[in-house]
Amino acid sequence: MIHSLFLVNASGDIFLEKHWKSVVSRSVCDYFFEAQERATEPENVPPVISTPHHYLISVLRHRIYFVAVIQSEVPPLFVIEFLHRVVDTFQDYFGVCTEAAIKDNVVVVYELLEEMLDNGFPLATESNILKELIKPPTILRTMVNTITGSTNVGEQLPTGQLSVVPWRRTGVKYTNNEAYFDVVEEIDAIIDKSGSTITAEIQGVIDACVKLTGMPDLTLSFMNPRLLDDVSFHPCVRFKRWEAERILSFIPPDGNFRLLSYHVSSQNLVAIPVYVKHNITFREGSSQGRFDLTLGPKQTMGKAVEAVLVSSQLPRGVLNANLNPSQGTYTFDPVTKLLTWDVGKINPQKLPSLKGTMSLQAGASKPDENPTINIQLKIQQMAISGLKVNRLDMYGEKYKPFKGIKYMTKAGKFQVRT
Amino acid sequence: MSASSAFNDEKGGSSSVGEPEYGHDPASGGIFSSDYKRHDDLKEMLDSNKDALKLEAMKRIVAMIARGKNASDLFPAVVKNVACKNIEVKKLVYVYLVRYAEEQQDLALLSISTFQRGLKDPNQLIRASALRVLSSIRVTIIVPIMMLAIKEAASDMSPYVRKTAAHAIPKLYSLDPEQKDQLIEVIEKLLADKTTLVAGSVVMAFEEVCPERIDLIHKNYRKLCNLLIDVEEWGQVVIINMLTRYARTQFLNPNINESLLEEGGGGDKTFYCSDEDEDEDEEKEKQAEVSALAKRKPYVMDPDHRLLLRNTKPLLQSRNAAVVMAVAQLYFHLAPKAEVGVIAKALVRLLRSHSEVQFVVLQNVATMTIKRRGMFEPYLKSFYIRSTDPTQIKILKLEVLTNLANETNISTILREFQTYIKSMDKDFVAATIQAIGRCATNIGEVRDTCLNGLVQLLSNRDELVVAESVVVIKKLLQMQPEKHSDIIKHMAKLTDNIQVPMARASILWLIGEYCEHVPKIAPDVLRKMAKSFTNEEDIVKLQIINLAAKLYLTNSKQTKLLTQYVLNLAKYDQNYDIRDRARFIRQLIVPTEKSGALSKYAKKLFLALKPAPVLESPFKDRDHFQLGSLSHLLNAKAGGYQELPDWPESAPDPSVRNVEVKESVPEWTKCSSREKRKEKKVEKPFYSDSEGESGPTESADSEPDTGSGSESVSVSVESGSPSDSEESEESSESDEDEEEEEKEKKKKKKEIKQMQASESEQSSEDDRKRDRKIKEQKSNSESESDEDSESESSQSESSDTESEVEVKKKKKVSEPKPPSKPLKKEKKEMSLLDLDDFEPTPSPQVTPVNTFLSNSLVTDLEGLSLSDSVLSPATIAPSSALKNYELLHRITGEGLSVEYCFSRQAFSPDANMVAVQMHFTNNATSDTKNLHIEDVKLQSGMRVKEFAEIELLPAGEATTAVMGVDFCDSTQAANFQLCTHTRKFFVSIQPPVGELMRPVFLTENEFKKEQSQLMGMNEISENLTLDAKCRNEHAIVQRVTTAANLSRVPCGSDKECRFAGKTVTSGSLVLATVATKDEGAAQLTVNCEKMVIGTMLVKDLLLALTQ
Repeated sequence: MIHSLFLVNASGDIFLEKHWKSVVSRSVCDYFFEAQERATEPENVPPVISTPHHYLISVLRHRIYFVAVIQSEVPPLFVIEFLHRVVDTFQDYFGVCTEAAIKDNVVVVYELLEEMLDNGFPLATESNILKELIKPPTILRTMVNTITGSTNVGEQLPTGQLSVVPWRRTGVKYTNNEAYFDVVEEIDAIIDKSGSTITAEIQGVIDACVKLTGMPDLTLSFMNPRLLDDVSFHPCVRFKRWEAERILSFIPPDGNFRLLSYHVSSQNLVAIPVYVKHNITFREGSSQGRFDLTLGPKQTMGKAVEAVLVSSQLPRGVLNANLNPSQGTYTFDPVTKLLTWDVGKINPQKLPSLKGTMSLQAGASKPDENPTINIQLKIQQMAISGLKVNRLDMYGEKYKPFKGIKYMTKAGKFQVRT
Repeated sequence: MSASSAFNDEKGGSSSVGEPEYGHDPASGGIFSSDYKRHDDLKEMLDSNKDALKLEAMKRIVAMIARGKNASDLFPAVVKNVACKNIEVKKLVYVYLVRYAEEQQDLALLSISTFQRGLKDPNQLIRASALRVLSSIRVTIIVPIMMLAIKEAASDMSPYVRKTAAHAIPKLYSLDPEQKDQLIEVIEKLLADKTTLVAGSVVMAFEEVCPERIDLIHKNYRKLCNLLIDVEEWGQVVIINMLTRYARTQFLNPNINESLLEEGGGGDKTFYCSDEDEDEDEEKEKQAEVSALAKRKPYVMDPDHRLLLRNTKPLLQSRNAAVVMAVAQLYFHLAPKAEVGVIAKALVRLLRSHSEVQFVVLQNVATMTIKRRGMFEPYLKSFYIRSTDPTQIKILKLEVLTNLANETNISTILREFQTYIKSMDKDFVAATIQAIGRCATNIGEVRDTCLNGLVQLLSNRDELVVAESVVVIKKLLQMQPEKHSDIIKHMAKLTDNIQVPMARASILWLIGEYCEHVPKIAPDVLRKMAKSFTNEEDIVKLQIINLAAKLYLTNSKQTKLLTQYVLNLAKYDQNYDIRDRARFIRQLIVPTEKSGALSKYAKKLFLALKPAPVLESPFKDRDHFQLGSLSHLLNAKAGGYQELPDWPESAPDPSVRNVEVKESVPEWTKCSSREKRKEKKVEKPFYSDSEGESGPTESADSEPDTGSGSESVSVSVESGSPSDSEESEESSESDEDEEEEEKEKKKKKKEIKQMQASESEQSSEDDRKRDRKIKEQKSNSESESDEDSESESSQSESSDTESEVEVKKKKKVSEPKPPSKPLKKEKKEMSLLDLDDFEPTPSPQVTPVNTFLSNSLVTDLEGLSLSDSVLSPATIAPSSALKNYELLHRITGEGLSVEYCFSRQAFSPDANMVAVQMHFTNNATSDTKNLHIEDVKLQSGMRVKEFAEIELLPAGEATTAVMGVDFCDSTQAANFQLCTHTRKFFVSIQPPVGELMRPVFLTENEFKKEQSQLMGMNEISENLTLDAKCRNEHAIVQRVTTAANLSRVPCGSDKECRFAGKTVTSGSLVLATVATKDEGAAQLTVNCEKMVIGTMLVKDLLLALTQ
């Protein structure tokens, strides 16, 4: 399976290598660098590269390439999924997954990689098990370690691997027992030039932060489970129960985890929370272009639209933009031609707008491509699909936990074509 | 000293810098700038006796390894610490050891004894980690030691150690392939393991070591299918991929008859009709191949095939993209056409994931859309392209969109394409133009529209766009050139502007090919080209020569000189291809005395009608690689790729998957000789049967049910403890019995059966077999259902003997008890089911009505049961408990006293009513006349069926009557007046909640299934301490059945008693479980949809059990 792993940073240096079988020379990465050079954008490096003796499968996260070397047939998704899991674990352990963080914690990283794969085959990828084996570094622990000479490696043996609920570590204890669930929905949409919706769908996730003592057995039910068209679960969710009753029944892992992700059936009309009025024109012959953009709330069920961020990739011919925002700030990067406008909160009484001119390269013909406008936004306390959690019950433990549910709507891949 | 000072310095340094987030890690900072001289310090630190120093040194060394720096010269110093007490030091030493052992083989041997000691440790986790490191040291000398360790670990008690053993197998194999045979033995052993922990790892080892030994899978196939859902996700991927291959060798193509069906009267299959057209040729071929076969034998899916499909389906919901993809490919390769559709949704969901995942998924979707377009059509919009997608994703999405295009959606797709053409990403625009071209060739209706659109693009400012359009237009024009001479003219004009060689070449080729359509322009183009010949690219030059040659042949008058000029230029070209071509063409077209017969045919050679090119998807025919595989992605065979075999023409013997219980499997209970005998007996007639093929079909159908049933219960079952599997199998056995018994009943053989029951155990067993044989002859299907549970054959002797013991126990208990009263008939079954193996029992759903009516039968049975000690305990249980309630006291009733009880029999006139038996006693001195009911006052919904008027009740006499009350599943009282010829008495009947239900028969599996659906609010649990007198099973059963009209559900565990019933009116299930613990502690669980009933029942049962 996975032979070796190389971590490559944005400037093309290998800053970490780990081998699970015989050592593979790092020169194998030359093929990768070649492909990297050929690709115009960093994300265009093909995930699978074939070399004479090996195959390189890579993922790009946080501007680091994780390049896995494999030697024989293996499902590519297997490797890709695993690499992403590695990144998630690093993020979980160090808060961020950057080159600096990895270098600072190189020993922990090495210990983690050692536990995650055995002979190239995944062994322990559940964060609960890993945390039992290798304690995440914290200030306090480091201080204690330096004084007492104890270590980050768990003294206990990884009993979690033996349990029937491998995702939950045993002997969890909290003084405050709490369970929080965040229902986060993202709207993916493509809006036409004329403002009509070409495609729109809602993807949602329920992220949980469960800190409960012992082995609680939770059930979560929805007011309107029929909204959920396609779901994927954390392994802890009992599938049969969902099939039969549309109730989520599970023994949760300890800490943060994604309980489920879902897709709201496309039959339901998707409420589009904002509208965009735009007028972006380039006149033939003149070196000026007009840029005019107004945002307004549309179907927000009375909630405020916050953290609005508009970005647009302007045509290559645009040299500079001289714009005037009615609120927020805008930036234009003359190199990448990326225009971003941090709008903030939309005030329905006074709609935010961004107006002005763009200067074009003198003499060049007018660009015939139209930029698309990408929008990010947040609406608190609302799930746009209308999904509502009915109740959360706990069985198996005696105490009364504190329960909390938060709803949020975000724009996912929300694009307006012009 | 220097070492420690360096250490201190560093510590001080980093803490002053202060890295609050990650804390102080000695490996950071200084290490990365360390030089080789420090190795001496490291050695010193490793030799010290302070763990902290050792740890510090090891951390630095690991950091070096991570950076790819060579640290091999430290080997002797490091390996000494292999037995260090500090866990972290030890772990880091392991890391070092595994990395460098290969280079320092001799020194590495020093560490081996430590691991060998570890292998004997009482702690399973230490054993496992010792094996893990030992097997990771790639030193050939220790192969025998490894082999021994693996073999030992493979039969370890702990599944975790066995899992590690499975992991070690490929390691050893790669070190020494000679060991293959021995390793296969170990694999075979581990494949038989029943724990989920081992399953994934051993299949992985199987795939690496001996993927060709498909025969090893047979016996484990069903087990793997059933365990699959509980295996960890990475193991799932490996198992699913392996099972796909396995299924391809063992089962028949489920789509064999599909084509036949559809051609016959496939009106209802319109969904797939569209691809049928495309696939028609293919289908026909296939059809011809198999039609003979198909006609002879209609396709019946092997139940094992079905089992696989059913058990993998839930995994489409996995969060792991690799698992979803694995299931998707399994369905694509194995499922009947009509079922493949389910995977589309899951695959579309993956498109939300990371771009690398999207990349792989889209590749596979592209292949699938060629074969099964209909599947993804509803998700068309999910493939629309966003400007933020990476180019490689955009191009793949485009591919999918093109594959999905058909007459109905082409207009929307083309509209999308129009916006794509305006994109800033030029590679993507070029791909879009090609996609338009492909749509145009595939869909005749839009060809003209597309062509017009492309022609408009010719005036685009971007040269790349124009060039790409030209190339595509060229291909399109080839299909119907005569109509489009104006387009050709338009393109001829473009030669002045377009510089992209490919486009120029395409235009020239077009003009040459259709020079007859543009007779005036063609020579002019040649003239211009001749002028610029020397500056053109090679491909353009070749096309100029071609054009010249073609024009010379058709219009030699105008172009002779031009042609010769071009040929002369070409003769001295730098490129030898062009020189060659010129020479060749000159000989061919310019007739000289030397030129042979060939020049006569020059015109035919050059101006032959050329077939239009087929614009094909690059993903066509990729599906001969297993989807989701690396080979499929690369469209080239990767090392170690296992070919996906074609379906066999006729299915191999399915019996190979039947599992016999082996002694070697520790978890399985031993199989009694009787069991085996039985098995053989049944097998013989079965396989000699002419329709043996379809036989096991049904048989295993019940198997997955048992599997899923036990799954749904709870995690505790997932642990796969042997007792569970026993339980479920046992219950399936009882299932069968019930079934059997029902059939018997239809045949009115009840009496005979009862007789049988009273016979000795041995004879009843024999009878059973005889019966079975008879039935086999009668109908095949019946025999199959029998065969089913036989093939499982896991019913253990122990459980048999257990129930025997139980019976005996009951005998003892029952004998001293008084004979039962009438009316208790249906109660009998509750505990009768315990004896499931011995005799069939009448099922309550069928009997009650007639029992009530025909008293004679009741008494008959009663007589039987009295004489039959086996039956009696069950009969007695509830009878003693039939409780009488007072309706009318004799004082208030002026001599008339009335008592009532709930007879627990179905009220024959109305099944929704509870039968209330009333017992009238006339204590007065005078007769009572005209006893009847009047003025019934009821809550809404309730009904009463009065008893027939009792005309005369003489003094001192007693009589009974039965009335029916529909309580509407509530404990509200029914109020009415009881009237005699002189008086009226206000009375009311209030039912205890336990009487509002009637028993139903469930098998254990059904029970579990139902129970799993009645969780949450519908489940009420209470802990209790059992009454001292009621600590044995029998007493519990008795008390519960007394308190509530429930029937006992057979149960494999003696710690649990289960009861089931239905409310009389609404038929909602009522399930009760009493799980006993130590010292009289017990837990009572009631599951009922009607929460009120549930809570009340809990109260009542609690009372009954604790008093």
